[in-house]
Amino acid sequence: MKHWLITQWRIIKAGLQNFVRNATLAVAAVAVMVITLTIVLFSVIANATFNNTVQQITDKIDISMYLKDTVTNDQRNSLIQNLEQLPNVKSVSYVSKDMALSIYEKLNQSQPDLLSAISQTGNPLPASLDIKPRDSNKIQDIKNYLDKPEILALQSDQTSYSGDRKAAIDKISKATYFFREAGIASVIVFAAVSMLIIFNTIRMAIFNRRDEITIMRLLGASSWYIRGPFVVESIIYGVVSAIISLTLCNLLFSVSSSALGASSLGLLDIHYANDYFASHFWLFLTGQMAIGILIGAVSSLIATRRYLKFRTSK
Amino acid sequence: MILLDRVTKVYNRTSTALDRISLHVEPKEFVIIIGKSGAGKSTLLKLLTREEKPTSGKIIVGGLDYDKLKDRDIPLLRRKIGVVFQDFKLLPNKNVFENVAFALEIVGFGNREINHTVPRVLDIVGLKGKEKRMPLELSGGERQRVAIARAIVRQPKILIADEPTGNLDPKHAWDVIKVLEKINRYGTTVILTTHNQEIVNKLKRRVITITDGHVASDRANAEYKQ
Repeated sequence: MKHWLITQWRIIKAGLQNFVRNATLAVAAVAVMVITLTIVLFSVIANATFNNTVQQITDKIDISMYLKDTVTNDQRNSLIQNLEQLPNVKSVSYVSKDMALSIYEKLNQSQPDLLSAISQTGNPLPASLDIKPRDSNKIQDIKNYLDKPEILALQSDQTSYSGDRKAAIDKISKATYFFREAGIASVIVFAAVSMLIIFNTIRMAIFNRRDEITIMRLLGASSWYIRGPFVVESIIYGVVSAIISLTLCNLLFSVSSSALGASSLGLLDIHYANDYFASHFWLFLTGQMAIGILIGAVSSLIATRRYLKFRTSK
Repeated sequence: MILLDRVTKVYNRTSTALDRISLHVEPKEFVIIIGKSGAGKSTLLKLLTREEKPTSGKIIVGGLDYDKLKDRDIPLLRRKIGVVFQDFKLLPNKNVFENVAFALEIVGFGNREINHTVPRVLDIVGLKGKEKRMPLELSGGERQRVAIARAIVRQPKILIADEPTGNLDPKHAWDVIKVLEKINRYGTTVILTTHNQEIVNKLKRRVITITDGHVASDRANAEYKQ
């Protein structure tokens, strides 16, 4: 047991020593890892921020169903209950005739003509149900339900999901769906490319020192005693890179939020990105470290393997 | 201690480095191998350390039959043999002390033993005070002495020294030979390859001459004759 501990300690010590003594190599490898890890982090944050913006847009999408004045309270309540049981319905809110009128008056405060016209006719506005969908791409499901003859009978007018408005909603929904998928895809692509780059960097670093592996082999060192320090060294690359990358991002975000008083750059809400980064800081740090450590360890294990093999040809 | 029975090594099917060589070296023997460059000396040593596999023939070293050797046994075999490589093969990222200590670390010596043994061996090869130097900061002769220190520090049963005096001036060359003789007196079998006529003549040991992959002569108490 004691012997085992001494061996592990020597492996860790050798890894640390190699990291310090191969400073140029270490700096190059860490630089590459910092850049790739930062790009992945940025793509994750950008994706989340973008999704938030998209969410804000799709949250505004709803369908209004206009009720005939003859619809009773019971009919209305059972309709609301039935609607709420549809899988794609997030919420249903009831707007009474009086509420509709006061909303109308508020919206048209500056136009006395319209206001006086409406007060002369008594309240012509219908009561309505505002239905919010969970997924704006599947509004048609709700629409199909509303188009059933027994439900149509309760409606004073077409739902708001028709004509130009329908076309606009469909277009927005399709676009947001596309952007969401594209965002996830780009995060995956960035992550995959980064892993390859990091793997290659470590492979090159070990290739440069393949002679050392051969020498240790000739002296009779066991496989783990030879590759252990390389694995430790690569893990240090991962940890150091994650810390530098996170520090850089932190700095960048604090500078950007103070420099850009304005809150958004096109579709990217800087404030949201900042908050998102701050609230997920520890998750990002552990995530980056885990990725760095994992890729470092796995790449060095793979990269050392070929130099550890014994000559088998006769 | 070392037995080679009709050992042949062919590289790329065309060049035969060793052709049915048979040798027997007793324990505690001191054997000098001479021969021109390309005669097959280095191949012979590489076969002994299992750096290369023989194309045919049998090799038994210290009771280990190389035919039956599994990959995981190779490190154990190499720990029993000390080798002074012609090109030193020092670890560039380790200083003098660490290079020598490495040989002990891999066989599981404790720190106290290492701190006790390594300075003594460095003293023997005349490198006292240079423990912290990195290999790149040493002269050729000094590097060679680090390589010798590393090979003898484990007090191996067999010591293979491939041209260990190649880079040394006559005085230091003799110091090295004295170290080899000393370690031989303590019971280590020594196999030395050299081009140095004077050393061969003064040592008066068994001399094996290899020419074109064959044993051309094998004489006890011999003088240099090629």
